[in-house]
Amino acid sequence: MKNGTATDQAATGAIVIAHEVGLHARPSVKLTKLAKIFGSKIELGLSEGGPWIDAKSIVKVMAFKAAKGSTLHFRAQGGDATQAVAALVDLVRRDFDERHGGG
Amino acid sequence: MESVGVVIVSHSPKVAEGAADMVRQMVGEEVPLAWTGGNPSGGLGTDVGQIMAAIDRAWSNAGVVVLVDLGGAETNSEMAIEMLPDDRRGKVLICNAPVVEGAVVAATEAAGGSSVDIVQQTAEEYSAR
Repeated sequence: MKNGTATDQAATGAIVIAHEVGLHARPSVKLTKLAKIFGSKIELGLSEGGPWIDAKSIVKVMAFKAAKGSTLHFRAQGGDATQAVAALVDLVRRDFDERHGGG
Repeated sequence: MESVGVVIVSHSPKVAEGAADMVRQMVGEEVPLAWTGGNPSGGLGTDVGQIMAAIDRAWSNAGVVVLVDLGGAETNSEMAIEMLPDDRRGKVLICNAPVVEGAVVAATEAAGGSSVDIVQQTAEEYSAR
């Protein structure tokens, strides 16, 4: 995928983590698995200006350790960037589909 | 696309089964997964034949990664891989990674459709942290 082609999109999104234990092991796995579905480059940061990590790297996402109440910023570049950011923001909004249990 | 399989080998069947439970609960059902642990007489240890059987249960044409704990688990896994048929041997890789964390990380990477080399590399990247 080249930058600047007609089908290329750039998208950003942000959402506050409401999950009790934050972005720990189980949510990290879910986030990474979802990110990997998309072809776009997807990155994750704690502020609009980064620093950014690869949202498709389970190792980096696991090490990211975003706490409850912090804002997750996503940015994506590629053919499905808009859908990717929307899906990831929605996953965090849904509390990673788990309301109870630890990390 | 077929996911890379994951095999967990521990001296303790409880550790191996528990690690497999974590993979199932955290990552899901889509990755072929098998575990083995303990020697045939019920003590702590690992067994070449049982490791071969576990590789068979978790078999994927995309390959299989093996997570091992201490010493004998690794040497017996190497021996089990040596004894696989020619067409399978090259597709089975041992990960130099902690068994529980490595299994979860490897399975997550495998679920995303990565090749066996990338799955091994990702598990080992975790251990290098």
